[in-house]
Amino acid sequence: MGYRVKLHVWGNYACFTRPEMKAERVSYDVITPSAARGILEAIYWKPAIHWVVDRIHVLEEIKFESIRRNETESKISAVHVKSAMAGKTKHLRKVVVEERQQRMTLMLKNVGYVIEAHFEMTVAAGGRDSPQKHYDIFIRRARLGQMFQQPYFGCREFPAHFRLIGNEESMPASRYAGTGERDLQWMLWDLDYKAGMTAKFFRAVMKDGIIEVPDLGKEGR
Amino acid sequence: MSKPVNRCEFTFFFDVRNGNPNGDPDAGNMPRIDPETGHGIVTDVCLKRKIRNYVEIVKGGEEGYHIYVSEVAALNEKHRQAYRALREEDTDKLKELKPSDKAESYKLTRWMCNNYYDIRTFGAVMTTKINCGQVRGPVQFCFARSVDPVFSQELTITRRAVTQEHSEKEREMGRKHVIPYALYRMDGYVSGNLAQQTNFTADDLELLWAAIQNMFEYDRSASHGQMALRKLIVFEHNTILGNAPAHQLFERIHVENTAGFPVRDYKDYLIDIDRTDLPAGVTLIEK
Repeated sequence: MGYRVKLHVWGNYACFTRPEMKAERVSYDVITPSAARGILEAIYWKPAIHWVVDRIHVLEEIKFESIRRNETESKISAVHVKSAMAGKTKHLRKVVVEERQQRMTLMLKNVGYVIEAHFEMTVAAGGRDSPQKHYDIFIRRARLGQMFQQPYFGCREFPAHFRLIGNEESMPASRYAGTGERDLQWMLWDLDYKAGMTAKFFRAVMKDGIIEVPDLGKEGR
Repeated sequence: MSKPVNRCEFTFFFDVRNGNPNGDPDAGNMPRIDPETGHGIVTDVCLKRKIRNYVEIVKGGEEGYHIYVSEVAALNEKHRQAYRALREEDTDKLKELKPSDKAESYKLTRWMCNNYYDIRTFGAVMTTKINCGQVRGPVQFCFARSVDPVFSQELTITRRAVTQEHSEKEREMGRKHVIPYALYRMDGYVSGNLAQQTNFTADDLELLWAAIQNMFEYDRSASHGQMALRKLIVFEHNTILGNAPAHQLFERIHVENTAGFPVRDYKDYLIDIDRTDLPAGVTLIEK
């Protein structure tokens, strides 16, 4: 637990899609631990480490905006790809005007969070994988603005800007400081890859803008 | 083999005059507007559509530059017969839904990336991978927003012909929504790491820049009015991970409205790019 990181992330829009409303996407009120983990992994990740989100600070007011877009309705079929690879004359493209669905997204607007997290070593860690090394690489990348790919808030059209918060540095102010408890209901925690990709949920409670995230990966199965 | 691609950020400005750059299906095809601030919005997918159309026009189905997500039905599917087959056996097992193993799904996605420019660039959701089934492309587009709040005007138009036979009327009326003038800005990203994964090369990147510069030239329509690309600014890093935070680079680009509101002309905007003390390893290119 010694290697904790604090990352300030912000952006214009975000959509942390609720699994129960994913055809016409509706975002959760705040970032999910799994989306926060995705942001950390977009900056730095190796199979030897596993990011665990400890706490999420909600900085900006929770506000929604809707947008409706033309989307396609189907995915690319492996069967068609195979037969085209085998040289068969096959219709291998998608005609968007014929396969169109208009879908709405209820997204968050003007978001800002601080993600507090640490990482744990996994079974893939070898003899040369010291926690110090991975921590240093992450800190260097976050400081210099380097990343594997641009992190995003739920969907790739909503980029996340990031900044490392140093150990001595104070936390950015939250709009919810001093507002007491707010129940955000059941939220997706993450997918448990060890337990066959089962989705795990937790009861998110925001207290003065801070959500404590339980480590459900540790609890039993 | 073309050179690999390093990380890039890019910003482009485009304007619209007397047109509707992107209709909102939720609002009777009025231009998209941020309800809170009044700024105009053009979605990422709207702009990506134009990139695909441009590549389809200039490359004309050239090997390796096909467009998967197409707007027109494919006229000539025959050339696919010429495709080199990577696999020779097993073409009659068409009922099979999933590739048998990871190696095969890798082959399938690789083949799609190599043949389709849009998949290599923007990625695609394919059922060809076993658990997550998608290719992330290196190029990330975001919503474009207008620099100033926009004003959307509704024009009523008439047609001197009627739909129904034997109608009493002599003409019918319709509606058009236009924005008199607006300048939009879009910020985007190119990930060098994801470029490696999809085989997106420096040549592909050059084609992307050309597509951005020309996409509106091939996209004329009665509803779009006059649209034009005004400026494309690229921040090129000399490493794959990049050398500076993206937001700090984007903040170097300032747009100023020199006329006060309302603006009706591009020359009333001043785009100022701060080129001083660029972070080491970052090159600013204006195209």
